[in-house]
Amino acid sequence: MTAGEVLCKQVSVFLENKSGRLAEVCQTLGRAEINIRALCIADTSDFGILRLIVDQPDEAVAVLQAEGFSVGSTGVLALRIPDRPGGLGTVLGQLQEEDVNVEYMYAFFITIAGDAVVLFKVEDPMVDTTLALLERAGVKVLTAEEVYRL
Amino acid sequence: MIWDPYYECMDPEERTKLQVRRLRETVARLNVNVPWYRDRFAEKGIEPGDIKSLDDLRHLPFTTKDDLRETYPLGLFAVPPEECVRIHASSGTTGKPIIAGYTRDDITNVWAETIARTIACGGGTSHDVLHNAYGYGLFTGGLGLHYGGELMGCLVIPASGGNTERQLMLMEDLGSTILCCTPSYALTIADVAENIGFDLSRIKLKSGLFGAEPWSDSARESIEERLGLSAHDIYGLTEVIGPGVAGECEAKAGLHVYDDHFIPEVIDPDSGEPLPPGEKGELVLTCITKRAFPIIRFRTRDITRLDYETCACGRTQPRMERITGRTDDMLIIRGVNVFPSQIEEVLLRIEEVEPHYQLVLTREGHLDNLEVQVEVSPAMFSDEVRKLEAIEDRIRERLSSALGIRVGVKLVEPRSIERSIGKAKRVIDKREEV
Repeated sequence: MTAGEVLCKQVSVFLENKSGRLAEVCQTLGRAEINIRALCIADTSDFGILRLIVDQPDEAVAVLQAEGFSVGSTGVLALRIPDRPGGLGTVLGQLQEEDVNVEYMYAFFITIAGDAVVLFKVEDPMVDTTLALLERAGVKVLTAEEVYRL
Repeated sequence: MIWDPYYECMDPEERTKLQVRRLRETVARLNVNVPWYRDRFAEKGIEPGDIKSLDDLRHLPFTTKDDLRETYPLGLFAVPPEECVRIHASSGTTGKPIIAGYTRDDITNVWAETIARTIACGGGTSHDVLHNAYGYGLFTGGLGLHYGGELMGCLVIPASGGNTERQLMLMEDLGSTILCCTPSYALTIADVAENIGFDLSRIKLKSGLFGAEPWSDSARESIEERLGLSAHDIYGLTEVIGPGVAGECEAKAGLHVYDDHFIPEVIDPDSGEPLPPGEKGELVLTCITKRAFPIIRFRTRDITRLDYETCACGRTQPRMERITGRTDDMLIIRGVNVFPSQIEEVLLRIEEVEPHYQLVLTREGHLDNLEVQVEVSPAMFSDEVRKLEAIEDRIRERLSSALGIRVGVKLVEPRSIERSIGKAKRVIDKREEV
């Protein structure tokens, strides 16, 4: 699999820490019939960054920009991790051995055939190394198309 | 006590003659030594000999902050730098500060002298212990009060700013009788004493010399009541000399301008025309005794009025009303002058920053707080918190080093700062009057 096939477009949005902003993002996406599949928020006392996996990432970027939000798009990997104790630890251990730094990660709400789906952000130059390593380790990586259809 | 009754209580007509003589001498010296002034005088067709009365002052050109920026750093010095013994600096409207130079004579015979008058106006004598909590350094407050206090013969405690608990300890242990600082710092001292349970009756302050920022009658009452002293307003600015331009006597009916050194005028800020005595307008000051950096008709941008009646204290020098406003957008933050244009200049030099920003001023306790809100631009945006925080840090460091005060920086969403038609509303001042 190539990086182009598997890197999913994660949509990120800058949010000031003030009430109602998260709701506005979600409502904007809702009006555009865009479905949120996974999300996480990284925040400081002043601001937050909302990271979203949606079914139509390009459209999401366009509608959010039109509403005046600061929006970015970042490639992340969706991995199938066996949903059992130690499942995630094993994969992270293998990445660590190869010096692949996971910048952040978060999980989908759903599972596929008993596997949890976890999103990893690795440094851009490390994507191919990571893919090769995951293949050797037998970790399944979803293609971007599969992710948007989840 | 009056420090120098000869000049401070001089017959007004006599003083006018003295002023004209000193003004003519200063203009003659600038005409020879400062090409910038020579050109300005020539443009207006002025020869030093033309100055025959104080009315002729109005024919001289103004000097503005912008002129000082153009002539940075030493373009308006009237002596070679090697004849100077000291430099101070104040904020300019952009990155470069205003540089003021002093000869030994300027420090001893002008500055220390007018500060000694100021201390005496505030009830000080050679027996006093002067606790000086103005900042020492390029700022004129610390060293200005220091040399005047020594000239008077006070025991000067060069405490400078900060570490309020230690200041309280020193004031108690050394028996300080006069406190010099900004009015907001005086209130902070009272707050800290309260918070740590320090009984303020343990210090014997009798008076305070408070300046470098605007304050109100209610602040005066509060300071006097809480610190148990008589609070006096003092006025000055680096471009003219520093503190020591004017000081308030026990009558507290305006600040005596030491006009045998600095001639005050009040002008209409729009037309530039002098206003009759008693009318409110912009204060303009001319130095007539300084050697190194005698500025002619400096536009202070401070709004006041002048009263030429002899004061109840016996001094004949005119009194200026406490400053009631500014004709420009200068902000005074913790006693430091800050221009929004300085902030804009720093921001625009940072590549990712777009010119959408806003300054929010608040007061925590009695201390001012400046938060600079900057809109997140597409160039700046990242999905990683640490990269955005790094940009915040970079903006904060550059602003703090340019302004000389601590600044808070907050990234805000694009288009969240109001776009106004015409002049942008850049400053939101939530501070209540001190």
